[in-house]
Amino acid sequence: MDFSTILQILDSAVRFSTPLLIACLAGLWSERAGIFDIGLEGKMLMGAFAAGAFSALATLPVYDGGWGWETGGMWVGMVAAIVASVLLALIHGFASITLRGNQLISGVAINFFAAGITVLIGASWFRQGGDTPQLPTGGRFRPIELPFSETFANVPIFGPIYQNLISGHNLIIYFGFFAVLATYWILFRTRYGLRLRAVGENPGAVDTAGISVIKLRYSAIIITGILCGIAGAYLSLGTSAPGFGRDMTAGRGFIALAALIFAKWKPVPAMWACLLFGLLEAIATKYQSIDLGFMILPGQFMQALPYIMTVVILAGFVGKAIPPKAGGEPYVKER
Amino acid sequence: MTLTENPGQPNAAAPTPPAIELMGISKAFGPVQANKDITMTVAKGAIHGIVGENGAGKSTLMSILYGFYKADSGHVKINGIDTEITDSHAAIAAGIGMVHQHFMLVDTFTVLENVILGAEDGPMLKPSLAKARQELKRLAEEYELDVDPDAIVGEISVGFQQRVEILKALYRQAEILILDEPTGVLTPAEADHLFRILKNLKEQGKTIVLITHKLREIMDVTDTVSVMRRGEMTATIETATTSPSKLAEAMVGRSVIMEVEKSPATVGETVMEIKNLVVKDGQGVERLKNISFSLKRGEVLGIAGVAGNGQTELLEVLGGIRPATSGEVIMKGESIDLTTKADAQERRHRGIGHVPEDRHARGLVMPFQTWENTAFGYHNEPEFSKKFGMANQKAMFEDAQGKMERFDIRPPLPKLVASSFSGGNQQKIVLAREIERNPDVLLIGQPTRGVDIGAIEFIHQQIVKLRDAGKAILLISVELDEIQALSDRILVMFDGIIQGERLPENTDKNELGLLMAGVDPETDT
Amino acid sequence: MNNGIPKWVDVVLIPLLSLILAFMVSGLVVLSIGKDPIQAIKLMVYGAFRLNDGIGPTLYYTTSFIFTGLAVAVAFHAKLFNIGGEGQAAIAGVGVTLIMLAFDWPHWTIALFVGVIAAAAFGAAWAAIPAYLQVKRGSHIVITTIMFNLIAGSVIAYLLVGPLQASGSLPESSRFPSAASLPTLHDILAVVGINFDRFSDANITFFIALLAAFFVWLLIWKSRLGYEIRVFGNSDKAAVYAGISPVKITMIVMLISGALAGLMAVNTVQGQAERLVLGAVEGAGFIGIAVALMGRNHPVGIVLAAFLFGALTQGGVELQFEMQIPSQMVIVIQALIIMFTGSLENLVRMPVERLFSRFKKGAV
Repeated sequence: MDFSTILQILDSAVRFSTPLLIACLAGLWSERAGIFDIGLEGKMLMGAFAAGAFSALATLPVYDGGWGWETGGMWVGMVAAIVASVLLALIHGFASITLRGNQLISGVAINFFAAGITVLIGASWFRQGGDTPQLPTGGRFRPIELPFSETFANVPIFGPIYQNLISGHNLIIYFGFFAVLATYWILFRTRYGLRLRAVGENPGAVDTAGISVIKLRYSAIIITGILCGIAGAYLSLGTSAPGFGRDMTAGRGFIALAALIFAKWKPVPAMWACLLFGLLEAIATKYQSIDLGFMILPGQFMQALPYIMTVVILAGFVGKAIPPKAGGEPYVKER
Repeated sequence: MTLTENPGQPNAAAPTPPAIELMGISKAFGPVQANKDITMTVAKGAIHGIVGENGAGKSTLMSILYGFYKADSGHVKINGIDTEITDSHAAIAAGIGMVHQHFMLVDTFTVLENVILGAEDGPMLKPSLAKARQELKRLAEEYELDVDPDAIVGEISVGFQQRVEILKALYRQAEILILDEPTGVLTPAEADHLFRILKNLKEQGKTIVLITHKLREIMDVTDTVSVMRRGEMTATIETATTSPSKLAEAMVGRSVIMEVEKSPATVGETVMEIKNLVVKDGQGVERLKNISFSLKRGEVLGIAGVAGNGQTELLEVLGGIRPATSGEVIMKGESIDLTTKADAQERRHRGIGHVPEDRHARGLVMPFQTWENTAFGYHNEPEFSKKFGMANQKAMFEDAQGKMERFDIRPPLPKLVASSFSGGNQQKIVLAREIERNPDVLLIGQPTRGVDIGAIEFIHQQIVKLRDAGKAILLISVELDEIQALSDRILVMFDGIIQGERLPENTDKNELGLLMAGVDPETDT
Repeated sequence: MNNGIPKWVDVVLIPLLSLILAFMVSGLVVLSIGKDPIQAIKLMVYGAFRLNDGIGPTLYYTTSFIFTGLAVAVAFHAKLFNIGGEGQAAIAGVGVTLIMLAFDWPHWTIALFVGVIAAAAFGAAWAAIPAYLQVKRGSHIVITTIMFNLIAGSVIAYLLVGPLQASGSLPESSRFPSAASLPTLHDILAVVGINFDRFSDANITFFIALLAAFFVWLLIWKSRLGYEIRVFGNSDKAAVYAGISPVKITMIVMLISGALAGLMAVNTVQGQAERLVLGAVEGAGFIGIAVALMGRNHPVGIVLAAFLFGALTQGGVELQFEMQIPSQMVIVIQALIIMFTGSLENLVRMPVERLFSRFKKGAV
């Protein structure tokens, strides 16, 4: 394996890890506030669909019923993705915060709902079996060339790394890494973060301190919705996919959940976990199977590896993963 | 916000209005009237006690004052000003702080983070933390409230956690401090320290409301005391003019005789012998440190001690709920398996019955009907079994009917779920189940906790009856009166060891209290 | 605790109201894609119960949902949430396939017997690992079973393009020997002179599902093990006090639950496809959650709820045919039912309880 192959794999690892990372951070916000969310997959799918559909709507020619925009269609898609995903998040919030329902069941329902409704509406709008039409350039997020990438091109090692690995990604990818820092900073450096973490550990402490548990949890849920929407939008607007395709998330919401556990609910480790899982996906995509010399690993093994690794982490064989204490339990004032 | 300066009373010579005035407070939870038309006044700068039995409505009343519950009717004046306390936020703004019975702390946070939570100075944490660090230092010096500000709360002792709660209130400039059963989890030394702190606070002009069911504490530290019974306020008295027995009478509504009629014990052979028992908990902390004693037929062996000194673990090891780390227990000449391999059913087969300390969580399955609860733990016995692993539900039902009659469990309906019964009747269900198996040894923890007076007498009689039938009873209770009234021999546990052994006729509350505090009365160390 | 509401309200009225709500919202969804909900409902009922080619497929789906519904319910009684029915059923399909392809079966009765055992064993085995990790290592069973669903997906994807792939390019196994083919409801009912839908996939497994429901009823409400399961489900502390081992109960319950979910493979893999194909479970594991919720974890309720979901699934096919509404409509309805009877249940329960307590007060 030469340097350029490695670079190529790392580059696609970054691309694969981005939706995982943003969805993982989405889950982090929710679970840190004490709301389990196994519905990341559904919200992401909803976001991906809304993004694809509305970007298509904005960029389709007027005679096709679109708005005929030349550029900027992706922003319409992005806003739609966020709105759609936040709506689902609010349903989850309403079920688990206001109605004190079962958060796991709510998550299952949301995943199911998204899987059905995206195809239903998609097929009804575009008549392509649930897919959205192919998006023109003006409807997607394009790679951004960072400054000096030409200048550094000839510097050995650093040049190609800068040009291929650091530069040349689209906005959402950079946003993902920015979101890690922002999440860390807000959670651990601000008053809001302190309260949010407290509500995930002991909502009673927050309530008796005169702060509304309900408002805090809803705020976290909304952030989760926004991030899931962005993660979904990345899939249909920021990759080589022509637009939204049915069941596009293909379990990424669950890998994100796995990464969250892997990272023990911490933002920076979440980034590493997602990069690792992205790398596995990149390798599995590039190589059908991997010959270790003494045995051959099938590609499916690489796909399953994130899940297997998460089970190992959950089992506490490699450091114990302790979730926020109040997670999954609706808050009821004691009688 | 401080309320020391009262805008309504500019004249310093004018009488200070009371810190708290509650007028006509009522609160119902469904059909249960927790507070009935309660009126109470607490003078500024006083330590005011509120006593009452469990369920008398003390905590509800204070939760209303702290804005945790909304009263159905009535109103509140703070420092003479009508104040509407809609939530905890309003209570804090009115200068009220509360130390809850179950601490409201975030275990994974540092002391400092816990203190500033909800009282931060701005959107950024750094300046708030720095300010709180200074303030904590000052408070520590002023009130003997030392706590390491950077310690993780989940890793410090309960006594320290309580200090963090008090610091939280003081940091919010509380002028009125409510403490709900603050000594339940403290060692006597920690409790003494707490009372010193409270007196300090009082000297600084703070008003303190102390909720407790321990009369001794009321007598020791309060200036005035209010008594609650079944949701009503029955009396408010100056502490100096009353006595524990008068208070007790006011609490229960009639004279309590904490004496049980019993003949002298006819002690027989040793039935159970405990040798060098050591138990470590999940964190590896030794809960029982090399305990040895024996239990004889025909005696009630009482174990006294502040909760959390190893009594629970002792009961659980003997009852087969928890494995022992090392040591030996010999029952009727045979060594008992103390590993995880043996369980509670195995213990029952050996003739050990167990009335657990926590009947809600352990002794009963609350949503189960009585006939299912009376077979609980014995459900695999031959008389309750049928072929192919089926249960003989008819036998279970008939057995329950008999038990309910013999133990006067009301209402005598085997199909009623356990949660529909009163505390006393629930306890009778447990007792009927365990006693009627005729165990050689009965382990019994907190037999009358949350039980009404009438049932207490019945339960005590049953215990004595079993003793007179030549059985051995190991009684664990945090109520010293109960231990003294029932026991033929008393062991006092402190910090996982047996601090002393006394005969009830040769000792008194003082001496037992010293032992419970870990002091040897003879050497006074 | 029933909060003082009569049992029929808890068991019948509340689920029914939730169901109506779910259908009303589903109607809105149909409206929003420009179709007529009334016509859709008529079509679905017609499609699901039409004697010549509706009720058959409905019963075929019902069979699968009874199994997965029972699987979830048994676990619920021990306060365990087995979200892994999907993976357990999938792996059970592998078990059935391996054994069916291993021998030349002389008669379907033997094949059925062995198929049931293989499906149950493989399903149970796939549930055993998460159960073991929960009791011994404290891993959250919900998360591990989710992971195991996904791992199962990869395992099957691998097997069907690798070791188990039949010659040809399709990702599917070879066909089972024809002697192993299970009798369909048509074959069975023909014996008693009823001419049942000849082409439906409904097969003898339907009766095994009913048998399984009876077995679960015996287990939970009549047996000593069931007693222990319910004690543990209500209070693990009480269980330990009574000498009931949480480890043992968790393991046994998850094994039973996994086995029940696995039995679904007898219906689909052995009874219908007669070979292993990709995506044989098709969300039935998750629908089991809805079935258990609707059926209040009681076998009778589960059979009824499974029938409802079976009818929905079959009716959905009709929608696609006649009204060009994609069959995903059914997934949406199912999701809404899970929502309204599960996580949003209090939306109905709280007002109903309030109404009843007011009614009671008024009566006294």
